Amino acid sequence: MAKVIEKAQQEKEALISGSEAIAVACKLADVDVITAYPIRPYDTVMQYVAKLVANGELDCEYIVAESEHSQFEIVKHASAVGARVFCGSSGVGWMYAFEALTVTPALRIPMVAMVGNRALDDPGAFGVEHNDALAVRDLGWQLVWVDSAQEALDTALIAYRVAEDRRVFLPCAIACDGAFLTHSQSMVKIPPQEWVNAFLPPYNRGDLQLHPDNPITIAPQVNEDWLMELRKHNDEAMKRSRDVVIPEAYRDFERIFNRSYGNPFFEEYQTADADVVLVGMGTLSMPVKVAIRQMRKEGKKVGFVRLRWFRPFPAEQLAKTLSRFGAIGVIDRDFSFGAPYVSGVVATEIRAALYPVDKRPPLLDFISGLGGREVTVPDVRRMSDMLFAARAGTPQPLTTWVGVRE
Amino acid sequence: MGRLFAVEIVYRGIFQKNLAKNISRGIVLAAKHDGKIGISFGRYGDSPERNGIPAKSFAIIATDEETLQEGMAKYEPKETDISISVDDTLCKGVESWAWYGLQPINRLLKPGGTLIVTTMQDADTIIGMAHRKDFPYQLALLRGIPSFSGLWVYKDDHTDVRILGAIAKVLPELLSLNAVELAIKEEWHDDLKVKSARKSFERVEMRVVGPSEGNPETPYSFELPKWQEMREGVTIPGIPAGKAMTDPQTQQAGGFRPDRNPTFKKFSTRTMRPVVDFDTCVKCTLCWLQCPDSCFDVTPDALYDANMEACCGCGICEAVCPVEHCITMVNETAFADNASQWEAWRKDKTGYQTWLQDKITHLPPREHGFRIRGQYAEEIKDLVKVGVVDTGDEKISEQVVTDPHESGAG
Ligand code: SF4
Ligand code: SF4
Repeated sequence: MAKVIEKAQQEKEALISGSEAIAVACKLADVDVITAYPIRPYDTVMQYVAKLVANGELDCEYIVAESEHSQFEIVKHASAVGARVFCGSSGVGWMYAFEALTVTPALRIPMVAMVGNRALDDPGAFGVEHNDALAVRDLGWQLVWVDSAQEALDTALIAYRVAEDRRVFLPCAIACDGAFLTHSQSMVKIPPQEWVNAFLPPYNRGDLQLHPDNPITIAPQVNEDWLMELRKHNDEAMKRSRDVVIPEAYRDFERIFNRSYGNPFFEEYQTADADVVLVGMGTLSMPVKVAIRQMRKEGKKVGFVRLRWFRPFPAEQLAKTLSRFGAIGVIDRDFSFGAPYVSGVVATEIRAALYPVDKRPPLLDFISGLGGREVTVPDVRRMSDMLFAARAGTPQPLTTWVGVRE
Repeated sequence: MGRLFAVEIVYRGIFQKNLAKNISRGIVLAAKHDGKIGISFGRYGDSPERNGIPAKSFAIIATDEETLQEGMAKYEPKETDISISVDDTLCKGVESWAWYGLQPINRLLKPGGTLIVTTMQDADTIIGMAHRKDFPYQLALLRGIPSFSGLWVYKDDHTDVRILGAIAKVLPELLSLNAVELAIKEEWHDDLKVKSARKSFERVEMRVVGPSEGNPETPYSFELPKWQEMREGVTIPGIPAGKAMTDPQTQQAGGFRPDRNPTFKKFSTRTMRPVVDFDTCVKCTLCWLQCPDSCFDVTPDALYDANMEACCGCGICEAVCPVEHCITMVNETAFADNASQWEAWRKDKTGYQTWLQDKITHLPPREHGFRIRGQYAEEIKDLVKVGVVDTGDEKISEQVVTDPHESGAG
């Protein structure tokens, strides 16, 4: 396999958005069936895919459905007969597809979808919040957040590799922050087709393929005697994804594409000597990293952990890493009204992950950047100050809304 | 701990859902008058019901709250003091749509428990249908034709209260006749129903069934698979296509018998079965085409043999057959096995004709459900006339024939 990385095959660079990068990944993965229904910011992917198809660069069935529900149902069925599929949506569009989203992991459909993160209505708003993608967190969807167009492209290829692995066969949603990622263009390395072919084997549904030569019934009605075993299948598949298949895929990706993401599950930034650490998902990494550099000049040792994979959740690894610090600050670009300590989703999960660990540093949650509001450098500095205070033993509120006018 | 009683009502899905509910509710309401408490519920896993598919309702009664919780801590009772079969054909066994194999009608009965059956058949016929048990149990027969109606209509032929009266007779520790009468008055405000309950208390026929009596067959069963053994992705393998049949006389192979589901047979849904006159069949293929469950095996001589392991007794084949009396639906109580009619006919055509004529005159006749307003009045008039039904209470027969409920219904 290493042979494929030859000098003649060079990566090309292109100035493209995160959405365009995902469309390019669809082309490289030679996706068979793509369905679409417009909703901002996901619709940008749809436009780029349409362009690729129209230009003859991507040979696929491109179906514009009459709603998100149909959009996801169509690819679900296409995947069941053995097609590699792509789909996606945003905000309440994703929620409108909820029934289809629910049955997709249950049927072990390795759909890859892009969620252009968008605030849920009402009010109608286009900016990023993570609640749309997070809504499927209990259902068997794999969820991964990216923070650059390059990572979007690479992760889309990895997502196909992981989802379509027979040991997993679970859908994967790539969450891309609306605007910050979907609507801004940056230089992206586009790998040659040969590398992708070496990395991503064809989709083989095997004994689960709906085909006249493999007569099966899918999705019958069952009663209490049958259901729990089927749930157990998905539990095991998710564990295999986390323990074996995702690490394997990143190792192969690094070998073939010569680009490393380090720990597949989360990125660590300036954590080696950090006293306190911030944790978040998606493009808020930019202001956080800038603020950290500023603060370090002042002698404040702040680190950052950017969580990529929310499902499967890397609980043991993350807990081990985070317990090293004097205080943990989670930035939630989401809400979970009435949740424990009125925290956001990510903070609540991290608290749960830390429970079995002996050393549990203080954990503060910051609800911030809702509806696409900028998470500013001063916001991040204020959060960090609270973390240092907590580390010094001064009690702090467990959850603080940062950036809300008051 | 006080005393715990469990009663199951085995019934035909949809057709008898309201009847079963009335009985299980009636048990709880009556037990209250004897100072006991209880709950009434349908087997949730049997729902959504299908027409005629066997289903269950339960009543759990206890002498005190904590004992009742012992009963409520289970999904359904693991053993019963009384099992009630409100359709005698259910005595051949019960298979839920949700695949648990064929369960004997008396499976849950405790030693010394009672199986109550509403039937026009004699005790020997019923005992022959029910599977053998290792220990003696009591059989109680209540005369009557199966009370079938629908989800939205109820045939108030007093079967509900007659069962309550019978319970008071077979297990007075559970319900006294007085408690039953009080509950009926309270729930139905109908003195005639009280009388019906009392009559059945007096007339229920009882006998002990010994371990050597009953159907000796081992009912079809299977182990529920472990999660590691189940297919992933909520998939079920298709049934293989099937193969040719063999003529028992000539050993010649031909025709086609489709393979069938090995874990769900469905025949316990049947209350009637088609009997085919192969001598008058014109091989038009309509029965084979129209059968919703692909029950017909195509024989080497191009006839159509309804496979009795698969047939759910819907009656469509009888309805579509263009030849008069070529397919006749016959009450399931007339048959002791699921053997092939065509094989019997191939072996002895004259003998088969005699058998067939005997079967198609079998009474009482049956049909599905309760379709038209006034149907019950017509039905009972005819049945009383031919002496098939004798409720033992002339007033009931009179009342039903003149049908005060219907005229009052507007
Ligand atoms: S009654 Fe006739 S049509 Fe109905 S299932 Fe049986 S064989 Fe088929
Ligand atoms: S419908 Fe009647 S006549 Fe036609 S093939 Fe069937 S049994 Fe024969």
